[in-house]
Amino acid sequence: MPPTVDLDELVAAARDGDHGAFEELVRRTYVDTYTLAFRLTGNEEDARDVAQDTYLRAFKSIDRFRGDAQFSTWLYRITANCASTHLSKRTKHRHDDLPDDAPIISLDASYDPQAQLDAAATRSRLQAALSSLPPRLRAVVVLRDVYDMPHEAIAAELGITESAAKVRLHRARRRLREQVFGVRGDGVEREEDAHAV
Amino acid sequence: MRCDDVAELLSEAADGGVLDRGARRHVETCLRCQAEVVQYRKLLRALHNLRTEVLEPAPGLLSDILAGLEEAGERHAVRSLLRGRRIAYVGGIAAAATAGAAGAILYASKSRRSRLLAG
Repeated sequence: MPPTVDLDELVAAARDGDHGAFEELVRRTYVDTYTLAFRLTGNEEDARDVAQDTYLRAFKSIDRFRGDAQFSTWLYRITANCASTHLSKRTKHRHDDLPDDAPIISLDASYDPQAQLDAAATRSRLQAALSSLPPRLRAVVVLRDVYDMPHEAIAAELGITESAAKVRLHRARRRLREQVFGVRGDGVEREEDAHAV
Repeated sequence: MRCDDVAELLSEAADGGVLDRGARRHVETCLRCQAEVVQYRKLLRALHNLRTEVLEPAPGLLSDILAGLEEAGERHAVRSLLRGRRIAYVGGIAAAATAGAAGAILYASKSRRSRLLAG
């Protein structure tokens, strides 16, 4: 499939049953999908499983994709749903910290060295803070604040109410703020988080 | 109004949400809450910037995904084939039954005509 074929054409061809077009869609999007899966699950092994499940599910339902949303948004929703299912199946969640040498490629090059250093330090603390969040809080903050997904869509894909999604978002943001900026949290609130909705 | 009363609203305020009059008045005069809003804004900006970063998967993921799809595609093809055969099988039975019924009707009407002619 030539790289000049745009995503919409590929999606249309895939909807018509062109397996080659679907494979090309996978080639063009799998790194993004893996990135979201990693951010939601917090570890490489789960992220790979979730990415694979996502494309299997997308393959089975591509003929029902109506094109109301962007293909990437549709795929993110499937990824979120697969991650939620995957994590809920696990009896024991792992909270491995993101290793310092995790291969991160920045697409947003900045030419201010000091700003770049500050941003790198904040980013590093943020990555560690995200990894330490319980999966149910991490999923909401990643989908809302990183991927700009509406509360309604987040609630639908995670199988929770919209108000529960908002409560989780608030708690996740507060915990991230405490960790990134070194603010001491309130013990009572932390206890609440342990039983978050 | 105290800091605790507005604490839950500060991250929303940093995200562009509108505070009610009482909460806004408190934040305008409270350095602690103002500092919190600033921290939330920085946090949200940092989170938003993560969107432009990609995590490179270890080699092999693409081929694993494509292999899974191929397998799913084959399963789908086999299912379609079996479904087609099943339809053909059911169709064959239905055709045979229809032919049998038509034959029986024809035989019955011929027998009746023969009896009438003989009588």
